[in-house]
Amino acid sequence: MLIPARSLDVPSAAPEVIAPVPMVALENVTMAFGNFVAVENVSLSIADGEFAAIVGPTGCGKSTILNAVAGLLPATSGSVRIKDELVTGVQQNIGYLFQQDSLLPWKTAQENVELGLLFRGVALEERRRLAAEWLAKVGLKDFGHRYPHQLSGGQRKRVQMAQALITDPQVILMDEPFSALDVHTRHLMQNELLRLWQERRRAVLLITHDLEEAIALSGRVIVLAAGPRSRVVDTFAVPLERPRDAAEIKLDPRFTELYRKIWASLRGEVEKSYSRND
Amino acid sequence: MIERAIQILLLVVLFGGWQAGVHFGVIDRFFFPAPLDILAQVWHWIVDPDFYRHVGITVTETVVGYLIGTATGIACGVWLGLSPRVARVLDPFIKVFNSIPRVILAPIFVLWFGLGIGSKVALAATLVFFITFFNAIQGVREVNPAVLANARILGADSTALLRHVYLPAAATWILSSLRTSVGFAVVGAIIGEYLGAAAGLGYLIAQAEGHFNSIAVFAGIAILAVFVLIVDRLLDLLESSLITWRPNSVARTT
Repeated sequence: MLIPARSLDVPSAAPEVIAPVPMVALENVTMAFGNFVAVENVSLSIADGEFAAIVGPTGCGKSTILNAVAGLLPATSGSVRIKDELVTGVQQNIGYLFQQDSLLPWKTAQENVELGLLFRGVALEERRRLAAEWLAKVGLKDFGHRYPHQLSGGQRKRVQMAQALITDPQVILMDEPFSALDVHTRHLMQNELLRLWQERRRAVLLITHDLEEAIALSGRVIVLAAGPRSRVVDTFAVPLERPRDAAEIKLDPRFTELYRKIWASLRGEVEKSYSRND
Repeated sequence: MIERAIQILLLVVLFGGWQAGVHFGVIDRFFFPAPLDILAQVWHWIVDPDFYRHVGITVTETVVGYLIGTATGIACGVWLGLSPRVARVLDPFIKVFNSIPRVILAPIFVLWFGLGIGSKVALAATLVFFITFFNAIQGVREVNPAVLANARILGADSTALLRHVYLPAAATWILSSLRTSVGFAVVGAIIGEYLGAAAGLGYLIAQAEGHFNSIAVFAGIAILAVFVLIVDRLLDLLESSLITWRPNSVARTT
């Protein structure tokens, strides 16, 4: 795995122009488990600095796509490329925000945030400094010595965010990261995420079943069909200006209009998914 | 407060009644020696420097047996937990070994390792091994897949995974079974001594039994009880200082 030899702490200017070579490219990706085909022939690409969201009914194989990009699961057929390089194993220049608690329970918040740096062989002092910086960035300056079980759900999510972003990944993958949080905490975390992303625009692929979240955060919404054999149904651009406020943007009439349009496409899939599962 | 008073009352009634029973000839003192006589015997041992040689030997056997059993148990458990294929191949063998009542092995260990502390250490280690082994396997297998995937994405290679994910996960399980396994180490040491030894607490009890000295047998039992209570207390302290990251450390028994 190649780790780009750039400094971790000097922020680069946010790219305004979208590069011609996509950061992430999926081509005719099929993911199957035995006879069960979760997703079939999915092609999509995400540009550097783009925030894309995938929405779809539960069980449509959304997470499978993320795992293929992360290299956690091999694609049954088709190809996944990051920066034009074929994904063959677990990727380490990406940040992955899991839905579940994925912090190491036997390490403190500080140690958890440091982990990516530790694995990359960064010296202790530098690790401490950067971890403290990131803890402060996510509003947990004085919580570094706490263990995950001593933190609230929202605080744990913040630690996860700092942990995933401290290595300055080129691609950020998020698997329904805020679905387990209550609605107020979720809004706070969404804004937190937008703020961090605004500071340093990376390619983001967000998976969610919450259409409001997808529109509020992303620049493009990709609708996936009901599984099995899920595929891309439709793609919608979200031309709402940034920076945004995840809670207030929902009051914008353009937001409602977009919601109506995308929901019209998503609705059929959700109904199909229900009729199959019931 | 009231509970404590009731506890003391129970103690007084139990031992007072026992003492009185022996005193008035209701209880046969050959089988149930008077508590005060037992106490006198305990005191007799406590002031005797030679007694501490016996305690020292039993403690040594327990500790060495525990350490060997735990180390091999962790190593084998982590290895089999990480290699499901090897685990499947070895499964029937493990089941057979585990189904052998370990105490039966004591005479064989005496044959193999002699009457010294070797055979006792072997018995204690065997007893401890299986507990640690199964806990380590479980610990490795039950690592949260999200935690594992996260560590891999953060850049952990297999050595780092072992050190930062698998071993701490296994350690949790092992530490929670610490009390059970130390108890078994004590049992192993005592039974080994009981069956054939030249020193140790189990040897003292076996000697007394050989002379139909029931006072010393009861005194030995009392000493063992106190010994295990002290070990238990030490473990309490150890466990709470080692597993600081856990919400409520619940001791798990197998």
